[in-house]
Amino acid sequence: MRGSRWLPVLMFVCAAAFALPAYAESTPEFHLVLQNHKFEPASLKVPANTKFKVLVTNRNATPSEFESADFNREKIVLPNSTITVFVGPLDKGTYKFFDDFNQATTGVLVVE
Amino acid sequence: MLGIALLVFREVLEAALIVTVVAAATRGVPRRSMFVGGGIALGVIGAIVVAVCMGFIEGSLGGVGQEVFQAAVLLTAVVMIGWHVTWMSSHGREMVQQMQRVTDSVKAGSSSIAILLAVVALAVLREGSEVVLFLFGMAAGGASKLGFLGGVPLGLAGGIAVGFALYFGLLRIPIRYFFSATNWMLVVLASGLAASGAGFLIQANLLPAWGNQLWDTSWLLTNRSIIGQAVHVLTGYEARPTGMQLVFWIATFVALVAGMRFMSMRMAAQKRRAKSPGRSTVSTGATRAA
Repeated sequence: MRGSRWLPVLMFVCAAAFALPAYAESTPEFHLVLQNHKFEPASLKVPANTKFKVLVTNRNATPSEFESADFNREKIVLPNSTITVFVGPLDKGTYKFFDDFNQATTGVLVVE
Repeated sequence: MLGIALLVFREVLEAALIVTVVAAATRGVPRRSMFVGGGIALGVIGAIVVAVCMGFIEGSLGGVGQEVFQAAVLLTAVVMIGWHVTWMSSHGREMVQQMQRVTDSVKAGSSSIAILLAVVALAVLREGSEVVLFLFGMAAGGASKLGFLGGVPLGLAGGIAVGFALYFGLLRIPIRYFFSATNWMLVVLASGLAASGAGFLIQANLLPAWGNQLWDTSWLLTNRSIIGQAVHVLTGYEARPTGMQLVFWIATFVALVAGMRFMSMRMAAQKRRAKSPGRSTVSTGATRAA
């Protein structure tokens, strides 16, 4: 009988242990790399009507700012580091992004 | 050189517009230029500190440190502006009447002025830290000396010039309407800052977007254009706003207007009581006649 007191707690912990990774996995991740002042890939395919994460890794020696007016995001990416930006859900279409510190460096999200 | 000048100009412009509105709103306050100058100086120091600590800020809070930091800076500025405009609506009238003299009401208001110093510092810190990081990158990336010596002063001068142009434009407002005009500008500015703050919290996934794109007016004015950027700073304009940002904008606006109304009503009631205790109706008539 004493064990039954802890049963709900145990159930909760188990549920949380399963639910949390499930929640984390439910947000798909997409990777962008900044190298030689180019986005790789320059065109990133992402699903429509879904919230997703974009991980931007800067392999240049200088800081960049990942920015988009089309999907309203801006975040500084220091050299040799990776940032995470939550984006969406977005409608189908093409959305431009760029490096604000180096405006010739551009790319697009292709939402489909 | 032009690339450097343009980025410096854009960031300086954003800070300069906020500083200008604050400077106009504190017109006639003794030692105002000291406060504004002090705020700018503190902001520049803060910008360098933030730029140096960016790695730490970014790494903290599980990768959303940058967004939380930006939102905290923006929302702190909103609270400070809110405090100032509600205080102004109880003292604004005396300030206009006694603008040339150092009065008790202005002295009492120096705490409010100190708060605006902080708003100036935060605005400069936020935009300045980007400039510092950008220039660091340019230096590390081997930009020419000419690029720096030409670009930085050019961008700086351009941004400051726009700030001064706005300031002298505002000075053309008749003095009777001047402080209510600058107060309204502060209210709209604060509402916009709150909406921007909400934007960062959405980016960090700490707030739901409540509609990712309420409308799209980028065909009319994009946030990337210089004018779009200026309008964004002054009003919070977004070509593609989220529902949550609109909620923050409206909530801030309503809260500040209600605060201003409440304070000015309370002040009017206090004045009536002070002038003629027990004969409030008569005194109201008298003040109106006067």
